[in-house]
Amino acid sequence: MVKRAVVGARYGLRDWLIQRVTAVIMAVFALLMLVVVLFHRPAHYGDWHGLFSQQWMRLASLLFLLSLFWHAWIGIRDILMDYVNSAGVRLVAQVGVVLLLAGYSLWSVQILWSLY
Amino acid sequence: MKFEIYRYDPEQDDKPYMKSYDIELEPSDRMLLDALIRIKAVDDSLSLRRSCREGVCGSDAMNINGKNGLACITRLTDLKQPVQLRPLPGLPVIRDLVVDMSQFFKQYHSIKPYLQNAEVAPEKERIQTPAERKELDGLYECILCACCTTACPSFWWNPDKFVGPAGLLVAYRFIADTRDHATSERLDDLEDPYRLFRCHSIMNCVDVCPKGLNPTRAIGKIKDIMIKRMV
Repeated sequence: MVKRAVVGARYGLRDWLIQRVTAVIMAVFALLMLVVVLFHRPAHYGDWHGLFSQQWMRLASLLFLLSLFWHAWIGIRDILMDYVNSAGVRLVAQVGVVLLLAGYSLWSVQILWSLY
Repeated sequence: MKFEIYRYDPEQDDKPYMKSYDIELEPSDRMLLDALIRIKAVDDSLSLRRSCREGVCGSDAMNINGKNGLACITRLTDLKQPVQLRPLPGLPVIRDLVVDMSQFFKQYHSIKPYLQNAEVAPEKERIQTPAERKELDGLYECILCACCTTACPSFWWNPDKFVGPAGLLVAYRFIADTRDHATSERLDDLEDPYRLFRCHSIMNCVDVCPKGLNPTRAIGKIKDIMIKRMV
């Protein structure tokens, strides 16, 4: 096959926007955590356990973690696009990153909902 | 004044090297280009491009003490000695300070840098309001010297796919022009992970532009219009 530079994948904006939105979600969660820690002053395991036993805290934490993983996916993919020249190697690396992040997501659910 | 200049003649040299020059300047020598012309009088083997010598043609763009700029509008008094001069980074060197700008212009042409309007031309001219015309300020002044694009790491990594700041600035110049009717096609063309979205807003382009233009802002405005179109 002749070597040609091909562009025109017709995506880019959506991912760029998602990276911005997930960044805002993470920033809001970080502020929320700061407020919670400052007001509740959890000092020992029981306090932390009580905090994360609340459903809203689990949901907020999960939203934060999913935002983090989605944000990381776009960032890592951008790095791979810049530095990995072979399309085949890039595909394998990207699939690897997706599987890893999907695994992290499931693991996050397991951790957050197994606190009893 | 002391200079260290990148020298490379592919027909003679195995690899590039830095050559030192120490030259006497005349009181009338104010800009870096004046000094380079003095050096050229001593060593006529030095190759460089220059034409208008007043920052309009964009020929004498080079890497001056690590930062891209135009030799003709860079004041000698502002430069730390020895002044290190190198060709623009990221482009193939033809000889000394002369680089092959084909890839740069290829990207520039890829955004179709001309007005597209299929309507019958009016008798005199296509009218714009002063506000519509004002949007083109800070865009049309680009002289295509390539200082910005060759300062951009995204262009270094993907020169064949990423349009680069200069091309994107001009792309927005036509997207912003009310007389142009190909806005959708232009946005479609740039809606691509490589062509536009390799830009990560690190603003090297803004830092080096000898005309004081802001490609990062123009790229941001293209993104704004794309978002308006999408949501």
